[in-house]
Amino acid sequence: MSFRFGVRPGLALAAAAACILPEFIDVGTAAAAEIPLAERRSGYDLMTRETRAMQDDDAANPAVFWLLDGEALWNRKAGAAGRACSDCHGDARASMKGVAARHPAFDTAARRPVNLEQRINLCRTGRQKAPPLAFESRDLLALTAYVARQSRGLPINIAIDSRNKPFFDAGREAFHRRQGQLNLACAQCHDDNWGKRLAGSAIPQAHPTGYPLYRLEWQGLGSLERRLRNCLTGMRAQAPDFGDAELVDLELFLMWRAREMKVETPAVRP
Amino acid sequence: MARAIVNMPAQAKRGEVIEIKTLAAHPMETGFRRTQLGTLIPRDIIRRFVCTYNGAEIFRVDLHPAMAANPLIAFATVATESGTIAFQWVGDNGYTVTETASIRVE
Repeated sequence: MSFRFGVRPGLALAAAAACILPEFIDVGTAAAAEIPLAERRSGYDLMTRETRAMQDDDAANPAVFWLLDGEALWNRKAGAAGRACSDCHGDARASMKGVAARHPAFDTAARRPVNLEQRINLCRTGRQKAPPLAFESRDLLALTAYVARQSRGLPINIAIDSRNKPFFDAGREAFHRRQGQLNLACAQCHDDNWGKRLAGSAIPQAHPTGYPLYRLEWQGLGSLERRLRNCLTGMRAQAPDFGDAELVDLELFLMWRAREMKVETPAVRP
Repeated sequence: MARAIVNMPAQAKRGEVIEIKTLAAHPMETGFRRTQLGTLIPRDIIRRFVCTYNGAEIFRVDLHPAMAANPLIAFATVATESGTIAFQWVGDNGYTVTETASIRVE
């Protein structure tokens, strides 16, 4: 069992002995190249002073426009059910606290992990009886940013259990798989060469701590999936569609990889 | 969605230098970019920003292509008297946004 999960036998035994809820699995660290927990850095640490100042100052962070839109959407009735998010969930500042920090999370109906955007759309179609919002649309980004904003400062908290383990493994496998015409794996840049430069830009460790975030290159807000698709296109690989299982599995692995790091949403990146 | 946000102190001492930060939601489309089909995307930018303090102009900016989207304009002024500080952004395609903020000077 311990070898199947890629964990050192001693660790797995200790975890099994200490485990109160047996379905939780200690996934440990598989590859020797993975960044030790203490050496992890948010992309924030690699930014210039000016870009950091933009993120730190709510009056200078342009993502504020999406947050305001998101707050309005939160309170606006939608769909055949005629209900707003706030009719069930109340004040997002209390009810949505920590929610972004534990997504992608397993959805029983979908029988797989869903990311925050998908969770919002599940609520829209299921509870509000409204059409789902398009991925990367202004409204979905605004709502996601507003919900994720309520987790700012909280540690990312992804628990790997027996239900989401297969998807987590698929995400970890995707992170280490060479792909595209350049035959690159995510890990080659983000585990092995972080802190160095690629075409003049610093290579970050790829911790998704601040999504959706305002990227200066985009001149707007964008999701983690948009960023992942950017990277895949840069590797000259075929990027999966928004919402594709492969992307969500990778998001699950990346969020676990950034576990206990603080949520920065809405972050600013160059 | 035409709108803007102003951030400045609500009160200040007479003679104090106060910082005013403004953000306007605007795509600032340069007019030099093309679509994937090669057609030119028409220019759509903010052309002018004016700030008045109790009716008197204290700060003005002319904006041009190649300015970032959602431009942040921050500047300082001296708090001389209580009253209203008004802000106006004017741009292409009839874009006009006005904001006001009041300040109490002691």
